[in-house]
Amino acid sequence: MDLQLTDAERSFRDDLRAWLAGVIPGLVGEPHRNDWPARREYDTAWQRTLFEAGYAGINWPCEFGGRGATPTEHLIFLEETEHARAPYVGHNFVGLLHAGPTLIAEASAEQKAFHLPAILRGDHIWCQGFSEPGAGSDLASLSCRAMRDGDDYVITGQKIWTSFGHTADYCEMLVRTDPDVPKHRGITWLIVPMGLAGMDVRPLRTMEGSTEFCEVFFDEVRVPVANRVGAENDGWRVAMVTLSFERGTAFVSEMLQSMELARDLAALAKRITRNGVSAWDDAGLRRDIGRACAELDALWALTKRNISQAQRTGLVGPGGNVFKLAYAELRQRLGDLAMHVLDRASLSIDDIGELPTHAHVKGRIHALSLGIAAGTSQVQRNIVAERILGLPKDR
Amino acid sequence: MDFELNDDERALQDGLRAFLQGRFPIDVVRSIEDAGGSPSRAQWAALAEVGVFSLRQDGFGCTDAVLAFEELGRALVPGPIVATHLAADATRIVGIVEPSQPVTMVEHLSMLDALIVLRDEGLFAVSPSSVLGTTVERPLDALTPVTAVFELPDGEQIAGPEVAQTWRLDGMVLTAAMQLGLCLASIELAREYAMQREQFGRPIGSFQAIKHLLADMLTRAEVARAAVYAAGVTFDGRADRTDEQQAARTAKIMAGDAALFCAKTCIQIHGGMGFTWEVDAQRYWKRACVLDTHFGNSDHHASAFADALSTGGHTNGHL
Repeated sequence: MDLQLTDAERSFRDDLRAWLAGVIPGLVGEPHRNDWPARREYDTAWQRTLFEAGYAGINWPCEFGGRGATPTEHLIFLEETEHARAPYVGHNFVGLLHAGPTLIAEASAEQKAFHLPAILRGDHIWCQGFSEPGAGSDLASLSCRAMRDGDDYVITGQKIWTSFGHTADYCEMLVRTDPDVPKHRGITWLIVPMGLAGMDVRPLRTMEGSTEFCEVFFDEVRVPVANRVGAENDGWRVAMVTLSFERGTAFVSEMLQSMELARDLAALAKRITRNGVSAWDDAGLRRDIGRACAELDALWALTKRNISQAQRTGLVGPGGNVFKLAYAELRQRLGDLAMHVLDRASLSIDDIGELPTHAHVKGRIHALSLGIAAGTSQVQRNIVAERILGLPKDR
Repeated sequence: MDFELNDDERALQDGLRAFLQGRFPIDVVRSIEDAGGSPSRAQWAALAEVGVFSLRQDGFGCTDAVLAFEELGRALVPGPIVATHLAADATRIVGIVEPSQPVTMVEHLSMLDALIVLRDEGLFAVSPSSVLGTTVERPLDALTPVTAVFELPDGEQIAGPEVAQTWRLDGMVLTAAMQLGLCLASIELAREYAMQREQFGRPIGSFQAIKHLLADMLTRAEVARAAVYAAGVTFDGRADRTDEQQAARTAKIMAGDAALFCAKTCIQIHGGMGFTWEVDAQRYWKRACVLDTHFGNSDHHASAFADALSTGGHTNGHL
């Protein structure tokens, strides 16, 4: 076992660091959090900058325009961009990390030639139409219907949790093409251009008050059969292919932010006094913060184990589920500690004067989504128990 | 960077596991309870011969020692194995004790050839025969006999504060490795039982309530494993981070908490049988309780971690 960077990894890091130091100071300020067109502009401009410097699609294979970086280099990329406070992947998330990899694995040569370069350059924004009001944890029970009519599919139904639905150009979509077979075998994966006749995109307001998610309604929307990826009714397998692209790096930026948040929390506790006593004088609080910080270090080590495993075998394996379970729980605990420290200052989501209320309160709210998004903690536990420990599937 | 076991590390771990399965299977360990809870001279000699105490004199590093002690913990091997390893003495059985008030509990006193008192000021040698105390009739862990000592002799100083600190840090990491082993043994035992025990006409392992307990056990164990291995690698100088104290604390906190959780949950999954003497779940839990007290418990280190944060001693993250 070895946690040191190789010479090649070090030189990759040094080049990247130098490039970031040159380019970051020239960036314009971040737009308002709910100005979605401006945010799209901001995110895609950064993607274009990455593209021109050869850092777009860092983990994509070289033959499809990516950089073909190893999982460790990908880790370094995420670490360095985070430390340099570079813009996040933002609007480019679905294209770069989900739809793009699926297209690389399953799309036709024509589809790849059209879509992949546009994703890498930041020209096309993608969103995801997988979840439905009636299909959450049981995604394969989805019912949004696509009927074949000549050279078109005619789609009727509803999707939900579609990030960037109101600013995207394309949607990677799972539809029901055969309702009379077992649920996994009647699903098809489609490329759906946004803004077609019969589509209605409505923002969904989350408990944070923001609207990055949308509901998308389909009323006899016509999509050419040529937009299908993979065979008809083989969409479940196509969708699952994306999972094999995961290299253990999914939460690297989040982890780095969490560590910063934990450090800030310790500093904050020293500044907040109640009844003349500093919050930091509470031995119980200090112990809880110490434990949470130790666990962050442990999860950082686990991240490196997962990445190392991916580097060796091409798969993250069980460590990915284990990480997500532990991380969601830890962030909730850290968030609770922050709320206790802030006490009544936590009643504001915005910063109050010199107090960094925003990061901690928003962080607390964000933590609530971590045990739900991308597989609830309960589903993760089932996966760990059944696939890793081999317990019987029967519930 | 490659934070996976290499071939040599795997071979070392597999080799020791095979040795322990042959020489210290669980029924042999149980039989030590009837002999007073301390291993025999012959059993100790077998551990010495396979290199448990001399590993790091034989060219192996801390990472290798961690992998070995994970197996020793998993096999529930009793006796002062961490202490004798730290003393690097294959010829004598060496115990360690940290003085506490109002009573100091000395483990395995009757089997010791030497006792070392670990204080901040240094290491102090005390002749085991000069230690006067009361043998505890019913020790918490039947495989960890203890003597209650109210007046511990000062002993003769054999090393200064720096060596004492090294011993403490090494001791924390090796104990954490044993705690990790306890987690893995608890998971294995609970998993087997959940597959085989039937209620309501099906294996209890098919119920989500049981599955989720086992998933939580595995999660805690794997997080602990990452922390423990990271500490080993850091001690061997194969990490870009160099804060050994932070790495050792993280390992001891995570593995200590995880061992207590896994062993306790193993008992819960066994239901009524888990509360019996016969089922080993109780042995894992009791050992987890004992090891948590070695070289500072997890609460102590959590507080120390926070204090170091506030003085800029520890910094989270970065390669």
